[in-house]
Amino acid sequence: MLLINSLLITVGIAFLIIPIIKLKAQAVVVFATTLLVAIVSSIPAIKSLTGESLQIILQGNPIFGDIPLKMDALSGWFVLLINFTFITGCIYGIYYMRSYQEQRNNLSLHAINFIILHVSIVSLCVIQNSLLFLIAWELMALSAFLSLIFDHNKQSTIKAGLNYLIQSHVSIIFLMIGFIWVAVQTGSYDFAAIRAYSFTHSEAISTVIFLLFFTGFAIKAGFVPFHTWLPYAHPAAPSHISGIMSGVLIKIGIYGILRMLLILHINYTTIGIFILSVSIISGLYGVMLAILQHNLKKLLAYHSIENIGIIGIGIGAGCIGLGTNIQILSVMGFSGALLHTLNHSLFKSLLFYAAGNVYQATHSLDIEKLGGLVKKMPQTTILFLIAALAISGLPPFNGFISEFLIYSGFINSFNGVGIFNLVWILLSIIALVLIGGLALMCFTKAFGVVFLGNSRSEFSTEITERPFLQLLPMYMISIFIIFIGLYPQLFLNILSMPVALFHINGRLPILEISTSQIAILNSVSYGSWGFIVVILLIFLIRRQITNKKQVVVASTWGCGYNAPIHKAQYTASSFVKNYSLLLGPFFLIHKKQKNVVGIFPAESNFETHPYDKLEKWLIDIPISRFTSFLDQFRFFQNGKLQFYILYGIVFISLIVSIPFVYRYLLVLLNFLKNL
Amino acid sequence: MLSLIFIILASIFFTGIISRTKSISSGRKGPGVLQPIFDVIRLFKKGAVYSHTTSFVFRIAPTIYFASVFMAILVVPFGHSQGIISFSGDFIFFAYILGIGKFFNIIAAMDTGSSFEGMGASREALYSMLAEPAFFLVMGSLGLITGHSSFHEIYTSLHLGSSITYSIATLAAFVLLMIAMIENSRMPIDDPKTHLELTMIHEVMILDNSGFDLGLILTAGYLKFAMYSALIFNLFVGTISYEYAIPLFFATQFAMAVLIGIIESFMARTRMNHNAQIIVVLSSVSLLIFFGALLISEKFI
Repeated sequence: MLLINSLLITVGIAFLIIPIIKLKAQAVVVFATTLLVAIVSSIPAIKSLTGESLQIILQGNPIFGDIPLKMDALSGWFVLLINFTFITGCIYGIYYMRSYQEQRNNLSLHAINFIILHVSIVSLCVIQNSLLFLIAWELMALSAFLSLIFDHNKQSTIKAGLNYLIQSHVSIIFLMIGFIWVAVQTGSYDFAAIRAYSFTHSEAISTVIFLLFFTGFAIKAGFVPFHTWLPYAHPAAPSHISGIMSGVLIKIGIYGILRMLLILHINYTTIGIFILSVSIISGLYGVMLAILQHNLKKLLAYHSIENIGIIGIGIGAGCIGLGTNIQILSVMGFSGALLHTLNHSLFKSLLFYAAGNVYQATHSLDIEKLGGLVKKMPQTTILFLIAALAISGLPPFNGFISEFLIYSGFINSFNGVGIFNLVWILLSIIALVLIGGLALMCFTKAFGVVFLGNSRSEFSTEITERPFLQLLPMYMISIFIIFIGLYPQLFLNILSMPVALFHINGRLPILEISTSQIAILNSVSYGSWGFIVVILLIFLIRRQITNKKQVVVASTWGCGYNAPIHKAQYTASSFVKNYSLLLGPFFLIHKKQKNVVGIFPAESNFETHPYDKLEKWLIDIPISRFTSFLDQFRFFQNGKLQFYILYGIVFISLIVSIPFVYRYLLVLLNFLKNL
Repeated sequence: MLSLIFIILASIFFTGIISRTKSISSGRKGPGVLQPIFDVIRLFKKGAVYSHTTSFVFRIAPTIYFASVFMAILVVPFGHSQGIISFSGDFIFFAYILGIGKFFNIIAAMDTGSSFEGMGASREALYSMLAEPAFFLVMGSLGLITGHSSFHEIYTSLHLGSSITYSIATLAAFVLLMIAMIENSRMPIDDPKTHLELTMIHEVMILDNSGFDLGLILTAGYLKFAMYSALIFNLFVGTISYEYAIPLFFATQFAMAVLIGIIESFMARTRMNHNAQIIVVLSSVSLLIFFGALLISEKFI
């Protein structure tokens, strides 16, 4: 209680002093506040992951009722990953924003929004009262919107921000319907009341409530077909906000879904299959579209959709395991999903920070114009490479561990399931394999075209590496990535607490992560270590043998023509041309070309812009139809004051007369009935 | 441990037997069976030429590729004895560790800044991605039939009794053989003897490598061949005792090499546009295997 009070006081003081102090002091205040909030919330989080969950009940008022704040193992896990990403984001953001120094007021607003975002997201994980949850949710959405549109001089940024804001409010409408339905029926805003309501009413009602919540949280998480705000919002935001949005904001949607799975009493198998189908579509669609993008940040944003799909596959697997009582499937499914939540926040934020470095150095995010950055920015290259290897799910990094856990759950549950579930399991395995292969293609393209080879265009500014303190948070993240990849057993043990919550709720026997499951991860760990040892051995042998040999540096083999222009290198669009021809029907690519006419050489050009077919069908076409329907009524707004006064008079007279008309109608009907 | 030694021994002769078979079937005498090894030893003694466009990625990629193939071999069992690394789900580790080798191959090719290598990299990325589901389907079906999930346990408990299991094993051998051909860039996906860069897939990715690095890449290629043949061998011969298994292993490797040589001699490479279709056909065959597995495990009546 004392902690919460002191926290609120510190945050309040920070708000008051940030606008009036100098820039360097502002940075220190923001960092100190973030660190303080992180430490204060992490201490109970760590305690809850080791067994003691914490619950405080704040004395409410007649509007809210009592407000319980509970930090159990699930909240603890999310709070820790949120805090880590916010700390790295804060350090990176301070150095990233240095280039916008002259916009003093904008920066102060941005700093205050950052703190509000942090506090609201952390509080969402512990609040167990519907009304306060909705208030915190709205605070989070608004502060994220304001942080997004930092660069508000650009038209595209404002459009992206408004897109995000509108879809965020659609999500809150769904959440409100769910919460208020239960509140009206039970009279209390507590989550425990939702639980009691769900257990005493039929499963159909609980399923409908769950679907309402799921839709609301899915819009925030970015499941397909609710994903259309993501690819606009993440590129428009400044890089540290992109990293935080992608790493943390969409995870709150996942937290909400998991919390609702714990609270409501539903048929786990059916819900599991539903979540699995939505996630498979999200995972595949996200990565399929990511490959075509030529804006680096938009590519990363589509990858977030794919990884949310992978997390959803894990959750779906866990639910099916709970429903069919197969312990290995539920344990591995939920552990894989929760671990992938952490992993994704790590490598996605690292990727966005690296993209931010590239943008600051070259002022361009167009992959087709970049190239050869490894010579000028070697540290950023290595960090991007580590993150690219991790996101493709390759050993010895952390992405492999979480995908392996989900695979492991699937393959060990073949025997216990009936044929219907078996077909779904098989579909999920194939989906995961395809997602892995497509992610590999996408990141070889992104890394290869941006960082390797030669530069594809001239840049007016000098390209230099970022200062060490800006790279420091990126190093912190990569060390964590490698640590999870090499010591996965530790994390499976930590995850046993949150996963056990699901089993208690599903009324299954108490879970123990058996030694065989830990032993499997031990072997994976040995394999990863062995891989690193073999690489080092071969390096040593190679150095011994080639030490005395002659090494010549010449130009690349050009089949006899050794004066190539750098534009003749393979571009990103060419790299994925085979793929985009193969899967043509899924994509919508706008092409603009001007051909050569006649027999003499002339100028010609060719441009492609990838667009999203689902966005066209679900958003653009309905909106344009709706707008053309409303256009029929445009004659109402004709600008003449006399008409507006007339509308006012008509409205007032209607308001006054309708109750009278209603009463007379009732009398008439009574009279007719008595006849 | 045994599998590592035998696969290394078999890889010494494998590619040589393939080229000898191809030569004999076109009426020539052909190079000796140990010629590929002599080539590699010659390369190890040479110096290297690096391009000034390349970076550290180009220098570390062949090492990582070789290490990944080596680690993959450690997972493959030999009859009764399991590989050095064996655990439930190790075939997933097998597939993904080969994946990191491919990743580094592809980015090393992009590193050279040459359009030839970029083209090869793009094709390699697509075809290897399309071939993955087939492998997982085969292993998943075998896991469904036997109820286990590591290479060693699947192979030792696969009892070939009824006609369905024999047909499944034959189809699985076919799929694994085709995957081996795709991974090692052989016909009908890629012609290793073509001289036109426009038609190459794997050969063009290693165009700029020289010296020790090229030797490492070639050796890794030979090892991969022997490794996939060992997987096919294990499919049929999982539980025979050692005194029969060892000669049978080398006989199988010899037979596989001759078979691949004959396929390469009598089949032309398909059009580049049709390559993707062929690889997807593999996934369909694997689906057949999966349905057979469902029939056997009596889930699907």
